[in-house]
Amino acid sequence: MSLLEVDALDVHYGAIHALHKVSLAVEEGEIVTLIGSNGAGKSTTLRALSGMVQSSGGTIVYGGRSIVGLRSDEIVRLGLAHAPEGRGIFGSLTVRENLELGAFSRRDGKVRSDLERMFERFPILQERAQQSAGTLSGGEQQMLAVARALMARPKLLLLDEPSLGLAPKIVQKIFAIVAEINRDGVTILLVEQNAHLALSVAHRAYVLETGEVKMAGSASELAASDEVRKAYLGVG
Amino acid sequence: MIPAAAQPISVTRALTRSLLPVAVGLGLGLGLGQVVPTGTYAEKILFDIGINIILAVSLNLVNGFTGQFSMGHAGFMALGAYASIVVTYYGGFALFGDVGCHLNAQGYGLYFTSLVVGGLVAAAAGYLVGLPSLRLRGDYLAIVTLGFGEIIRVVLQVSYAVVEPEEMATVDWWERPLHLGKSLGFVHQGAYNSLSWTYAAVVLTLLCAYRLRESTHGRAFLSVRENEIAAEAVGIDTTRYKVNAFVLAAFFAGVAGALFGHQLGTGTAARPEEFNFMKSFEAIIMVVLGGMGSISGAALAAVTLTLLTELLRSVQDYRMVSYALLLILVMILRPEGLFGTRELWHFLRRRRP
Amino acid sequence: MTEFLQFLLKGISVGSLYALLALGYTMVYGILQFINFAHSDVFMLGAFFSWRLATWFKLIDPSPLVATSLLLAAMALCALTGFLIELLAYRPLRRAPRLNVLITAIGVSLFLENSGQLVFGKDPRSYPQLLAEHTFSVGGVNVRSVEVIAVVTALALMVALHTLVYRTKIGRAMRAVSIDHKVAGLMGIPVSRVISFTFVVGSALAAAAGVLVGITYGQIKQPADSSWVLYGLKAFVAAVIGGIGSVPGAMLGGLLIGLCEQFVGGYISTQLRDAIIFALLIVVLLVKPSGLLGRRAIEKI
Repeated sequence: MSLLEVDALDVHYGAIHALHKVSLAVEEGEIVTLIGSNGAGKSTTLRALSGMVQSSGGTIVYGGRSIVGLRSDEIVRLGLAHAPEGRGIFGSLTVRENLELGAFSRRDGKVRSDLERMFERFPILQERAQQSAGTLSGGEQQMLAVARALMARPKLLLLDEPSLGLAPKIVQKIFAIVAEINRDGVTILLVEQNAHLALSVAHRAYVLETGEVKMAGSASELAASDEVRKAYLGVG
Repeated sequence: MIPAAAQPISVTRALTRSLLPVAVGLGLGLGLGQVVPTGTYAEKILFDIGINIILAVSLNLVNGFTGQFSMGHAGFMALGAYASIVVTYYGGFALFGDVGCHLNAQGYGLYFTSLVVGGLVAAAAGYLVGLPSLRLRGDYLAIVTLGFGEIIRVVLQVSYAVVEPEEMATVDWWERPLHLGKSLGFVHQGAYNSLSWTYAAVVLTLLCAYRLRESTHGRAFLSVRENEIAAEAVGIDTTRYKVNAFVLAAFFAGVAGALFGHQLGTGTAARPEEFNFMKSFEAIIMVVLGGMGSISGAALAAVTLTLLTELLRSVQDYRMVSYALLLILVMILRPEGLFGTRELWHFLRRRRP
Repeated sequence: MTEFLQFLLKGISVGSLYALLALGYTMVYGILQFINFAHSDVFMLGAFFSWRLATWFKLIDPSPLVATSLLLAAMALCALTGFLIELLAYRPLRRAPRLNVLITAIGVSLFLENSGQLVFGKDPRSYPQLLAEHTFSVGGVNVRSVEVIAVVTALALMVALHTLVYRTKIGRAMRAVSIDHKVAGLMGIPVSRVISFTFVVGSALAAAAGVLVGITYGQIKQPADSSWVLYGLKAFVAAVIGGIGSVPGAMLGGLLIGLCEQFVGGYISTQLRDAIIFALLIVVLLVKPSGLLGRRAIEKI
């Protein structure tokens, strides 16, 4: 039984058919990545999973139960966190408040100790804890977005374009953190336009094109395939 | 639609097309004034209906056509009423040497002038209010226009007492327009209005609104309503269209006010209280219920609601409660209004435009 | 000088009521981006609920305990009213154009005014004297004890609200929702419930303002009287001037409007007072649409 099973998922934005019968699965402990060009439906897939958009068909089974039709806040409570595209930082709130909001749905008393752990992992966030989050640099905001999603203690983390608009050095750092989080036992579904990076960190990958799954396989297989190399890795 | 308009048509046909409705409409309007005896209950109701049609149809130019939201229609109406009374009262004194009602060619000429002046003053105010505030977001326009209406009402209340004919010599002519009768209202004897005047104005308003919507201007208006960004992208100066619609609506509201201010019985005193925001709200209710963008819908709503107001006079207290509930229900169940942008005849022909 | 101080005091007293009301407008605008026209009617209901309870139970002897319980009862009843308004009238329109929500709000406002008139009658009511009235003179300035109590109550409520919004978990959630509904949902925040809560809190504050009006002036106008709406409009102007969406801004704006009203009324003209306040609104919207403490500039569309 996979942690997440998506079958024949359809999403419409008005008259636009954004996702067309997308099926994918994520096993516990994996990093799975969705790659594809702009507008291929990667972010839409994540949005449908976290309840930000309503699907118009298909099934989403997470941890053995269907989560289709649930609201975002109900889905988070099941342990599925989403660090959205564009980071979604609450700019006028402080860094600490952002992190505390990440743990909004938790009722256990360990939020404070988790906050400390997060500050250990991201020292820069501790330094800036009382600053309003809007004053952070892009890389810092991305770290905050990841840290905030982790504050929900998710089993499955949806990460949307963590490298977007960041300098290569910072991107390296973020991806190191992604691998680290995964080693700590968090399953990750990663959407990334930088296919090279994504395939280097992921176990398995799906290639999306115009709202449909075109290819699927292990990260190394796909990285070696001619088609992927041509279309997404800029080789050959 | 477009191919038909593109075909060249003969000058005579063009003239018939444009003038015939005006002539027929005016004929009907003027005729109505001859048929219904003055001073009757029927006349009063028909008069109320006429005024409300003008108000609803003109407000629809803003709220329905461009999707902006004006809540100060009563303010423009007040301006029109007062400006026109200034013309017939103080202007009449200059012309005739007294302030009575002169039902002759000169008197009617004066009255006609006063209607135009009333409209123009309101239109000028519309321009002043509309130009800056239409750059703001829709609901801010609502609050600005509401504030404007209140300012007008308050300012009218602090005007000076009406100058009586015998005191006229003691007040300079340019100071006279400040003498508007305070909160008591501008009481005068110039009952120039009749159903003929009223319905002539109704017909002109309806035709203007209809023509406007069928013109390229009208299409621009509707595009502003549907999608402002897209309208701008295809090169429509959205602010200009919004201001134009606003000014035109203010003009007709001003005319309605002017007619109102000269109606025997109701308006031979124009009181500031008459033009409070409930008046604006009533016009809004008509537009919303009739259909935002539907001319005949707004007019029909004006007729229906005016008649209902009369019929429900005995249960007055429940009337507004049910209007309010109706408004909420329509917004939830049929957000585009009962008619939407369709016209009455679209339903009769059983097809959509 | 004495005159000046008298206006100042009166301005603070009126201004704190505007501030209480303005908070409701600003919170709803911050979270749903629309002008809750029905807010001034909830304010009116606050006054009438407490009046009705006081007359029912024949509470005519001044007593701080009675006054406090009436205040709390009115706040609870109006909180319920606000909750129902949101649930029945606004929630079905969550995805509708803002214009429709605005029209609905006008509908709700008309409904409350006219049904209020049916229930509470068409006459102004004299409000029972819930607090003992003393007037003392400080340096030639007359200070009424009830006004002082009203100002202190208003301030206490504002401090409480400020703490709620800036120091508690639900307050953080409210601010998050006002920034981005969707992302707030991703944090596990039940967005609809937070919106309901915002209406509940705003309505309770409006009710408090209504009770304080009754206590201060000893008389309440009839439910459909335009003075209620005017009160509300001026409070909205206060919220805009302070910066719509900003809680401290609403408090500051309320105070400014109160002072402005008293000084204009005292030194220039009582009749022109309201006209000048609306003129001020138009000027602020044109010159600095984000208000004094507002963070977000007003979008063009």
